[in-house]
Amino acid sequence: MRHIISILMENEAGALSRVAGLFSARGYNIESLTVAPTEDPSLSRMTLVTRGTDEIIEQITKQLNKLIDVVKLMDMTDGPHIEREMMLTKVRAEAHGREELKRVSDIFRGRIIDVTDKTYTIELTGTGDKLDAFLLALDRALIIEVVRSGVSGIARGERALKL
Amino acid sequence: MELTGAEIFVHSLRDEGVDIIFGYPGGAVLHIYDALYNQDKIQHILTRHEQGATHAADGYARSTGKPGVVLVTSGPGATNAVTGIATAYMDSVPLVVFTGQVPTHLIGNDAFQEADNIGITRPCVKHNFLVKDVRDLAETIKKAFYVATTGRPGPVVVDIPKDITAQKTEYHYPDKVSMRSYNPVHVGHAGQIKRAIKLMLKAKRPMLYTGGGVILGNAAGSLTELARLLGFPVTNTLMGLGAYPATDRQFVGMLGMHGTYEANMAMHHCDVLIAIGARFDDRVTGNIEKFCPNARIVHVDIDPSSISKNVKVDVPIVGCVDNVLKAMVKLIKGSKQRPDETTLKDWWQQIEDWRSKDCLKYDRDSDLIKPQYVLDTLYKVTNGDAFVTSDVGQHQMWAAQFYKFDKPRRWINSGGLGTMGFGLPAAMGVQLAHRDETVVCVTGEGSIQMCIQELSTCNQYALPLKIVNLNNRYLGMVRQWQEFFYQGRYAMSYMESLPDFVKLAESYGHVGMQIDKPGDVESALKEAMALKDRLVFMDFITDQAENVYPMIPAGGGQNEMILV
Repeated sequence: MRHIISILMENEAGALSRVAGLFSARGYNIESLTVAPTEDPSLSRMTLVTRGTDEIIEQITKQLNKLIDVVKLMDMTDGPHIEREMMLTKVRAEAHGREELKRVSDIFRGRIIDVTDKTYTIELTGTGDKLDAFLLALDRALIIEVVRSGVSGIARGERALKL
Repeated sequence: MELTGAEIFVHSLRDEGVDIIFGYPGGAVLHIYDALYNQDKIQHILTRHEQGATHAADGYARSTGKPGVVLVTSGPGATNAVTGIATAYMDSVPLVVFTGQVPTHLIGNDAFQEADNIGITRPCVKHNFLVKDVRDLAETIKKAFYVATTGRPGPVVVDIPKDITAQKTEYHYPDKVSMRSYNPVHVGHAGQIKRAIKLMLKAKRPMLYTGGGVILGNAAGSLTELARLLGFPVTNTLMGLGAYPATDRQFVGMLGMHGTYEANMAMHHCDVLIAIGARFDDRVTGNIEKFCPNARIVHVDIDPSSISKNVKVDVPIVGCVDNVLKAMVKLIKGSKQRPDETTLKDWWQQIEDWRSKDCLKYDRDSDLIKPQYVLDTLYKVTNGDAFVTSDVGQHQMWAAQFYKFDKPRRWINSGGLGTMGFGLPAAMGVQLAHRDETVVCVTGEGSIQMCIQELSTCNQYALPLKIVNLNNRYLGMVRQWQEFFYQGRYAMSYMESLPDFVKLAESYGHVGMQIDKPGDVESALKEAMALKDRLVFMDFITDQAENVYPMIPAGGGQNEMILV
């Protein structure tokens, strides 16, 4: 099953490589990984998407907790949560195609954030599924470049990952 | 007063209570060596290779319970230490390893003798630190010792760039440190302990399976008390030998691939398994699908990630083994309930039947020296009271089978990583910690050559080790597997061009002996032990065809042992 694990860790050089190293050393897979400092500059927050059986996910959370740099973690998938990913897509937008691209972008609530006479760059936010659907809705031949941020997640309601 | 980083290093070690370190100098740590030169509180042991230094510190740590301390230079100094660090990591030994690093402004520049020590050691340390500011040095050292010695112990690397050791700052060594991200658990969950006891008291065929955690957690006394109170059979893992007295009737021997028949059969047939400070290693469980098919399992361990890693357990208890065992003893003593004597008696009867197979028997009338006989005799000659280190291979298994350890911290071997070359340097560390004790290194002609250079260190520091070299001219365990599973194709397992070990020992300033007749084994061992202040290298020419029995073949269950 797919799990979104959020991790608060010491904002120190090397902390990221400890997590990445753990996953490669123990053969766990990482689907996506994002990390950035939090409002407390001494802490980084990492969101990691992985897949595995319950036993593997239990081992992953235990092994992560064992890393000295990891302060606290939460499996978002244990409760209601919101997941978001941001995607920037650069597409070839010429002649009559421009209008159609604008329409598709609007349907997905995308925003066109850069325009040239030959291209659009579209910003789109949502779950991974939504981003996938948007790409499917585009003519593949028009896609020049796709940049995805990886998944961020936050628990719904009072549940929160904080110190 | 301001001190240089190098002086802070020395002061910190002194204030941490370190009186001995193992190391090898080099460019990046010259300031530190200069600071060591100007003091006499900390003894520095100069090994002949950085691997030797880490193993020696490891042996020191395993035999004393105190952290072992290593100091090596940057680049090759650090990479040579990696095998020793990984060895300590796999067996959860507290080490603090200081590695030199090129000056901060050169890091990443492919400078002379630069290596990414933090990156290279990351997967085989409990934690590592790069010191980037001299003002952090003392606190980082404190943290390193704290992390290495608490919770599940393990090696910690502190990488110190050369310029940091020259810069000055005020010295203050903290009394203690706390880390918000590191809070090891001490006490087991009371409810879980009660559940475990309930299960244990109702057991018909109970089994105590105990590992290195009992020794690391100084819980041998509590384990013995619990086992005697309950009357349950006890088996130790390779790492746990000595955690329960091997000469006690309740001890059924080591378990696992080369464990005793009675231990493995009892494991297979038990209905309640109490795993204490053990980690269900593949060499213990055999085929995991066939492991303890009828048992409910209690697992006590300080490391939550060890629990339900390989085998799903029914009652997990996270905590210091000693605390948990003491709590168990107290609760059982406080209640009127005891295990049912009749069912326990039936269980013991079954175990005695298995024991009567005498699975460790060997040919005592052979014209060739049987390695088992050497170990048997060693046990007798040393009254079972020596510290015994070993290398890795057949000799290691025979030592584990035939030397009956009654006390913890007497059996020092590389169980997890299985590092050939460990035995001799580890024995040096043990001897330095226990100057008046008998320290024996059981080894083979393959393993001993991996760190043979340390014979020179033994001469420099007058370490009167007794080296028992079981010389069968083969990498014996490799040969055994090739005989069993590769139709006798002995690829690269025959050791040609061996040195004359007697002359070799003598050239290093020691006593060498060669023994090739069974009749001379006992007298040679006695003679060697009598040479109290000399290192004696005993080269026993043993039977080349001898194999380690019994054995669980790969893919087999614990009830599928091959007997002699």
